Amino acid sequence: MPLIKNKQIVADTWQYVGDEAAIPADGGVIVSLARWQAERSVLVGRNAPLGIRLKSDESAEAIADDLPRFDVVALEFPTFKDGRPYSTVRLLRERHHYTGELRAVGDILRDQLQFMRRCGFDAFEFADETAAEKAISAFDEIEAVYQTAADWRRSAAMIRTDTANAFLNGTCG
Amino acid sequence: MAMQVISANRLVDGLVVYMTGGGGWSERIADAQAVTGKEVGEVAMAAARVAEEARIIVEPYLIDIDESSGERRPTRYRELIRAKGPTVRLDIGKQAEL
Amino acid sequence: MYLYDTIDQSLVDQRVEQFRGQVRRRMAGELSEDEFKPLRLMNGLYLQLHAYMLRVAIPYGTLSSHQMRKLAHIAQRYDKGYGHFTTRQNLQFNWPKLEETPDILAELADVQMHALQTSGNCIRNVTADQYAGAAADEVADPRITAEVVRQWSTLHPEFSFLPRKFKIAVTGSSRDRAAVRVHDIGLVVKRDEAGAIGYQVIVGGGLGRTPMIGATVRDFLPKRHLLSYLEAILRVYNQAGRRDNMYKARIKILVHALGAEEFIRRVEAEWEAIRDSAVDLPAGEHDRIATFFAPPRFEALPNNDGEFARYRLEDREFAQWARTNVAPHKQLGYAIANISLKPEGGIPGDATTEQMNAIAAIAERFSFGEIRVTHEQNLVLPHVRQADLYGVWQTLKSHDLATPNLGLISDIIACPGMDYCSLANARSIPLAQDISKRFADLRRQHDIGELKVKISGCINACGHHHVGHIGLLGVDRKGEEYYQITLGGSADENTNLGKIVGPAVPYDKVGSAIETITNTYIGLRADGESFLDTYRRVGNDPFKETLYAAH
Repeated sequence: MPLIKNKQIVADTWQYVGDEAAIPADGGVIVSLARWQAERSVLVGRNAPLGIRLKSDESAEAIADDLPRFDVVALEFPTFKDGRPYSTVRLLRERHHYTGELRAVGDILRDQLQFMRRCGFDAFEFADETAAEKAISAFDEIEAVYQTAADWRRSAAMIRTDTANAFLNGTCG
Repeated sequence: MAMQVISANRLVDGLVVYMTGGGGWSERIADAQAVTGKEVGEVAMAAARVAEEARIIVEPYLIDIDESSGERRPTRYRELIRAKGPTVRLDIGKQAEL
Repeated sequence: MYLYDTIDQSLVDQRVEQFRGQVRRRMAGELSEDEFKPLRLMNGLYLQLHAYMLRVAIPYGTLSSHQMRKLAHIAQRYDKGYGHFTTRQNLQFNWPKLEETPDILAELADVQMHALQTSGNCIRNVTADQYAGAAADEVADPRITAEVVRQWSTLHPEFSFLPRKFKIAVTGSSRDRAAVRVHDIGLVVKRDEAGAIGYQVIVGGGLGRTPMIGATVRDFLPKRHLLSYLEAILRVYNQAGRRDNMYKARIKILVHALGAEEFIRRVEAEWEAIRDSAVDLPAGEHDRIATFFAPPRFEALPNNDGEFARYRLEDREFAQWARTNVAPHKQLGYAIANISLKPEGGIPGDATTEQMNAIAAIAERFSFGEIRVTHEQNLVLPHVRQADLYGVWQTLKSHDLATPNLGLISDIIACPGMDYCSLANARSIPLAQDISKRFADLRRQHDIGELKVKISGCINACGHHHVGHIGLLGVDRKGEEYYQITLGGSADENTNLGKIVGPAVPYDKVGSAIETITNTYIGLRADGESFLDTYRRVGNDPFKETLYAAH
């Protein structure tokens, strides 16, 4: 499926492997939490990249200790209205300091991309190419932000405080 | 068997409309095409969904009507208010334009 | 009042263009109605019974004259010449066209207003005490906190798809005019012994299908921790709130299911992990926001202005208005003037373009250009010189805005009901009109005294019927409008939920039922007892007897 990373459509080198399917010897695979928990030693012993996919009711804590083993964590939106992955992804980035790919999968729509990126997602899986292409412009629709989040953008309050300090220190204008 | 018409809201302005015989939409319930029976109703609804796909209307549904008084009126009170306008502002809505 | 800087302005401007793009995509067929609906809702655009409805946010109920004129203009140009002030201190336009909505939003952005988050499962427009900055009994100004919360909650990336909508209310006074105990989060701004500002944090109140009074989760949260603490509460809710049943998805259900103790434990644990992080405001930013709410330049005036006293003696009608609609101000020589939007037989909360313009002009001349919207669907001129009250009253009167009924039986809260709302089971407005006509005699109203009637057209309780001294809830009985009557509710600092008094009564029997209830009260009351006092003393039974014996 088309994948957006860094505001570009890129080739997806990862393969989802169902819970019953055989795991290929080579190439990056993404497995479910259940399979990871059941076949952990087999998966660790495999000499290829590994990713994990969490359902929206599966928590960041469930994989927190294993994060260094994953190159991708995919979080599933069963419907765009299910907002739990927004918390999960922030916890993975901010609390557990995960630095690999955080991929939004499932019901991914253009108009939620800004929120997703702010919370720490850096890869977005779309159902079709056209939708993905049209979605790229959504990242830049609104520049100002009021909150600090996992994208480390400077909040309005921080910018204002900087401006005020610059003024006080005489470094302004 | 109860007579029915299809009602919806027009996409561009949200106003209440009714499906007419030619597959068009009118703001007046009097212009609507009445249908009777489940099968005929389903055929009409299929046509309404085409209009929804074509972005003319949203959320079409069948409503029961009654013509026994000589005037066509929706059976449900809610639909009567939709057909006329707010009961507390007789100066606005469809009732004001009749 | 808070004024936008370039950052605030760019956000609302870009949000308007974003919505313009979304409407364009809808019209071009790139978005289905299913996909578009949540997008329009996040900009306050509903599809109601007759047409679209645009709900404009009035953050913590504060408006300038300039903004009021813009609302009047929008009503005239894009709607049918009126607007409806709601129980959430917002304004609703009932007839906007979808294709014109982006232009309406652009007009709003011109005066630093928006319709952001007036719908959807996000943090809704924050509400506050309408007397903020003016009330004689105020401990601290809730608007500063409300503006901090407004900014933090605007387009919050993590909390825009919560299990359900989320409402936050703030009061800064011991007398609760913001109904903080029936909100998802209620904040009471208070001072500790050293005089430092902090908050009592109340979580899990709400009306609707399952009315509940909120639990206090913190007696005193120091000011600097506010946003991290809110973020902790919202994160616990976002992860653990129910998503399988929309009727059980509000935070009150979560608090109830976990028990307050366990809920607090989870919030505190989450907060430990994020406190003292960048989530909280830099100290300077709080101070920057606070400067916008510095008191206006009051004149040094004597209290009990002589002219005000003289006019009250000379003009009985004015005296009556002054008694009900004027409240004490913290500044000597000033007063708070309430504008009733409940004229006899009128639609609660409705104001015409002409009235909005008149109020804007009065506020500009006599109230430092400030207007407030109350959750009881009235307006307030917060800072009027006592000496100006007579002139203000005369002008208000000429626009049918001076009904002296604040807090009386005809000062009724009513949701739009089945006359406008697609969710309603029954009408609300005509009942309010009928009651206000029955009790039109002001002497009778004054004799009955404080009595809050609140009417909802469905179980969603937009008319706050659970907390009405008399509450009416519209239900559909085989296509007929019936109303369930509750007694003894209140939304103040002693919040109570009303009790159902007996079987629902049909539409045309409601007026006489209200008369029976008030007559029963008058027959039972002891000296100086209000309706609520008497009710609390005698309970439901005497009312039940007279109500149902008579039928």
